Amino acid sequence: MIEIHDLHKYFGSLHVLKGINLNVEKGEVLSVIGASGSGKSTLLYCINGLEPVQQSNAVVDGTDVHAKGTDINKLRQQLGMVFQQWNSFPHLTALENVALAPKIVKGKSKAEAREIAAQQLKHVGLGEKLDVYPSALSGGQQQRLAIARALAMEPEYMLFDEATSALDPELVGEVLETMRMLAEEGMTMICVTHEMGFARDVSDRVAFFHQGVMEEIGPPEQIFGNPQSEHTQKFLANVR
Amino acid sequence: MFDYNFHWRPVMKSLPDLLEASLLTLQVAVLAMILGIIIGLCLALIRLNMRGPLRWIASTWVELARNTPALFQLFFFGFGLGAFGLHLSPYMIVLAGLTFNCAGYLAENFRGGFQAVPDTQIRASRSLGMNAWQAYTRIVIPQVFRIVYHPITNQMVWAVLMSSLGMLVGFRELSGETQFFASRTFRIFEYFAVTAVIYYVIVKLILGASRLLATRLFRY
Repeated sequence: MIEIHDLHKYFGSLHVLKGINLNVEKGEVLSVIGASGSGKSTLLYCINGLEPVQQSNAVVDGTDVHAKGTDINKLRQQLGMVFQQWNSFPHLTALENVALAPKIVKGKSKAEAREIAAQQLKHVGLGEKLDVYPSALSGGQQQRLAIARALAMEPEYMLFDEATSALDPELVGEVLETMRMLAEEGMTMICVTHEMGFARDVSDRVAFFHQGVMEEIGPPEQIFGNPQSEHTQKFLANVR
Repeated sequence: MFDYNFHWRPVMKSLPDLLEASLLTLQVAVLAMILGIIIGLCLALIRLNMRGPLRWIASTWVELARNTPALFQLFFFGFGLGAFGLHLSPYMIVLAGLTFNCAGYLAENFRGGFQAVPDTQIRASRSLGMNAWQAYTRIVIPQVFRIVYHPITNQMVWAVLMSSLGMLVGFRELSGETQFFASRTFRIFEYFAVTAVIYYVIVKLILGASRLLATRLFRY
């Protein structure tokens, strides 16, 4: 379970997250929507400790992310992350991209790591591309590679940071399909997204962020069908 | 109008000596490059990540190495240190001078290489649970190495050619040896013509080997 209590984040004097309170249960799919600059992505970075926070309590399975004694590298193994820019490692083949972290972080044997990698690549539909370098893959394939790479660490949670925003429109579908598949398998997911269809169909809950504040959270039927906050109504009217 | 008579025989007779001296040239250049790569990498990392006196020293090193004649740098390690009672052998003078020079140039190549690898690569590595050392050695440095590979090859060629300055501090590498024979036989043109060909061949071999190695190393 991820528990966030009164989380504040500043970039210099810019107050980007203004006291976020949020719990995400095991098995839940939460979509986070809102305009650019509303702090959605920063929230993900704070959950896995890639961004320091000024005041918070972000707790993952009982471990405080930002506490001094926390082994952040160990904690991150629980939190798979997929970025907007897929960030595949260009000097490694698809298989090596996925096998590297299980090998050097988890200490799996080379053969074991490669087996896990092959399995995960097959899982996201890249079973034919094991020995291909990222430069020969499309954006959608590279993003699925990034998903496989995160899954190979056997995380309890997956954080998606606008996983489809940098893709050509015709490639968005394959990545959303993969995310949908993960959701159906019961993965706990926090998806920062601009894909309203995905948020509505796949999520258990949808959170709307506005200027660093979580304005509204609830089941998709409520957020999309009967939004309470004025800002939510305005945002949804604009994106539709 | 042109009554110079070429005499190649003396050159041919001392060819084995010249070839042996060219091995010394290659040796000092390779050593200077190995040291230069290690020091250059450190200088680049210091300049990118540190503040204070260490950074100041690194910057001064790079400035001096890049903006003064290589010959003067050699003279510093020869006559300069000699003036303070520290006498290096000709071999050490050339090795130190070349290393100083190569490290300065390579530091700038490495710096550019590090800046060309996006920060997001580190973020992605860290998000998988890698520590900073793993992210650097497994993800960043291999990519930097590819970016600086051809500049390193260039610098290697420069190191071979610049080692000829050793002639001026009494080092009997290829040029020094050539000078030695030329001044004994007065067949100056012939000797330096043949030596130029030897340099040319050495450089061509380095470039060829580097290209071959690149096709093996970089499949992406």
